[in-house]
Amino acid sequence: MSIKQLEESLKSGLIDRRTFIGGALAMGVTLSSASMMASAATNATPNSGGLLKVGFTQGSSSDSLDPATYSNDFMFALGYAVFNNLTEIAPNGSAQPELAEEYEATPDAKTWTFKLRKGILFSNGKTLDATDVLVSISHHMGESSKSAIKPLLSQIEKMYAKDPLTVVFELKVGNADFPFVFTDYHLGIRPAVDGKIDPMTKVGTGGYQLAEFEPGVRAVFKRRKDYWKQGRAHLNTVEMSVIADPAARMSALMTGEVDLIDRPDLKTIHLLKRRPGIKVHTANGTLHYTMPMITQSEQFKDVNVRLAMKYAIDREELVAKVLKGYGVPGNDHPIASSMPYFAKGLEQRSYDPDKAKFYLKKAGMSKFKTSIHTSDAAFSGAVDACLLYSESARKANIDLKVVREPNDGYWSNVWLKKPFCTSYWGGRPTPDLMFSAGYAADAAWNATHWKNPEFNKLLLSARAELDQAKRTEMYADMQSLCRDDGGALIPMFGQYVSAMNERVKMPSQISEMWDLDCQRFIERWWVA
Amino acid sequence: MNNLTKQIGQRLALGVGTLFVVSILIFIGIELLPGDLAQEILGQSATPETVAAFRQELGLDKSPFVRYIDWLGAALQGDFGRSLANGRELSELLSGRLLNTLFLAGFAAIISVPLAILLGLLCAMYRNSWFDRTINTAALTSISLPEFFVAYLLILFLAVQNNVFPALAQVESATSFGDALYRTFLPALTLILVVVAHMMRMTRASIINVLSRPYIEMANLKGLSRWRVIFKHALPNALGPIINVVALNLAYLIVGVVVVEVVFVYPGLGQLLVDSVVKRDIPIVQAVGLFFASTYIVLNLLADILSILTNPRLRHAK
Repeated sequence: MSIKQLEESLKSGLIDRRTFIGGALAMGVTLSSASMMASAATNATPNSGGLLKVGFTQGSSSDSLDPATYSNDFMFALGYAVFNNLTEIAPNGSAQPELAEEYEATPDAKTWTFKLRKGILFSNGKTLDATDVLVSISHHMGESSKSAIKPLLSQIEKMYAKDPLTVVFELKVGNADFPFVFTDYHLGIRPAVDGKIDPMTKVGTGGYQLAEFEPGVRAVFKRRKDYWKQGRAHLNTVEMSVIADPAARMSALMTGEVDLIDRPDLKTIHLLKRRPGIKVHTANGTLHYTMPMITQSEQFKDVNVRLAMKYAIDREELVAKVLKGYGVPGNDHPIASSMPYFAKGLEQRSYDPDKAKFYLKKAGMSKFKTSIHTSDAAFSGAVDACLLYSESARKANIDLKVVREPNDGYWSNVWLKKPFCTSYWGGRPTPDLMFSAGYAADAAWNATHWKNPEFNKLLLSARAELDQAKRTEMYADMQSLCRDDGGALIPMFGQYVSAMNERVKMPSQISEMWDLDCQRFIERWWVA
Repeated sequence: MNNLTKQIGQRLALGVGTLFVVSILIFIGIELLPGDLAQEILGQSATPETVAAFRQELGLDKSPFVRYIDWLGAALQGDFGRSLANGRELSELLSGRLLNTLFLAGFAAIISVPLAILLGLLCAMYRNSWFDRTINTAALTSISLPEFFVAYLLILFLAVQNNVFPALAQVESATSFGDALYRTFLPALTLILVVVAHMMRMTRASIINVLSRPYIEMANLKGLSRWRVIFKHALPNALGPIINVVALNLAYLIVGVVVVEVVFVYPGLGQLLVDSVVKRDIPIVQAVGLFFASTYIVLNLLADILSILTNPRLRHAK
């Protein structure tokens, strides 16, 4: 490795400052100059201008600009480029104000007041005010809304504008994480027209204007000259194309037709890495793969059976073979190590056929026969993962039959219906959002139908708790309950992998919430 | 000639009837697939309430029979509806894609049809020579490889290793004609390699068939040149089957290229159809499906007319 490559790795965040200086010293550079080089590399000011061409895996001809229907990465990135939200996820994973200048809650976390920034202009020249915020959010609420975020917004009892730049939300129950709700891609703020938003509008307050949009094919963004946010939106033009075929995506990157691709094929990624001028970037995200067991079903109602199933899977093997090493073993709860309130003290569960047999015996069985319903619609490699699981479970006297279901209609016919299936979660920025989306007793997507009274009580009290130490303890208890009593077998967390031309640059710390800097790379990254 | 017009009229009427049946089959097919548009778009995040709201907005809560009759009524008045998923007008959605599909098919056809017929004639002329064997082996090899594999090989050699042609065939409305030809060269070449063999082998076989006739022997005995025998005496009598195979392959170039579109990221009708089927966007599936069916009907009709015109016996059928 040359000193230049070392600098590149430092700039793109692949190594930290300490590793850089160590490496530079080994190459014979003096300590003081190595330290200077490190500072120069990390403080490299983003270049303004240039063109970035991106190849996306997802994106469909049936995509619509209506934020209620956003359902893939392409539309998330598009939304974040053209529109701003009230809050955004900062690189360190916290929520920070975006269109809101500041916000505050009453001590019970039930009433939240958001103060908007003054003089923010939409691309059509209109000034942002509280009405725009209210109508943009109410588009996702109410009887007739078809938005996927509707269940999350049902916690809002009442919302109103106190004055043209102040919005007040009154919640049904206190929620200390409420600002995180507004970071969601559905909730980009659009201008109000006659008391509601035009769902198809391209007018936003974001750093880019949508110059061209052909659903499922491409989108072109042009930078706005009068963008309000300082130190963002460096690129002049961004072109995003949908390249669904992994081989086509990778060859497009190699031939220079695009500069950045998401989800390179992990089976052939080593060939891509060998190519000069191309770097591979990984981020430990919140994405995780789950195998929910329905806790109300006849076969899984005994917690001992569930524990036996959890000990009978070889997580390390799954990470190595299904994710090709681009991931980490899961610990049967959905909180990622990069998230706030991650319980560090919890012991990592690993493959132990003897323990599995022990718990089977405790449930009064010497052998157990069941089937897992799966399809690659759940995640790429789900069927392989189940086959590997079936092999490792055999050693624990568990006969696991793998039933392959059609990809079509998997979410409507298998998930939430079959007692044992495969699924995934893109993750949520906070434990509260994650648990209330998929583990609370009344959650629409409580895939395991798990109803633990203690867990649900903790969920409510932690939500309104503003004392950080108490809150951390509560979330640790909940993670442990989920791990030991819950119905979800969570074998692994996947990494977000992307590949790019070396001239694509990003800040030293990027958000790991979703892929590509929380899909905000358009306004955060730049090209050299 | 009156006879011919009558035949064409009959065939067109039959064609319309076929389209009607096709539209019913498409509708039933989509209905049989599990899930509907609301569930497919919401996917994992569907809740009963949002699905119900979605269905109500799009009228998916009505019975399939009512929906089909509504669609048919509008379609008969020339209104094929709009996309259920994003509300875009079909004309706006289809026009660009349709042109792209026809452009690529035309590009491949203009090269492959003359090439296939010429190679077929040459093979028939020098049959069982090394030339004949080489061409046959090459053509059979290229037709035996799956399209996507041919496409990957072309990308590997002509785009990744030697940067001669672009790996992606990205065209947009602003792309100039010359540039479009350059950008779509690899997909066109893939299609050419896939379709040439069929047409070439059929040309060769039908010419050889005719060459064994006594009148050809007579022509040879008269001392006519080989070219004259083939072009003037054999080809006109072998045209019928050749025309039919060409029509079949032209139809394939229009309707069967979705794999090539995906590999080269070419925005044609195939990709649109696949996306729409996945999302159960019935109006689009219907429109594209009916266009594909019409392509087959029209090309078959043309092939029949041409066969009749080139065969005096059929022209004056008793």
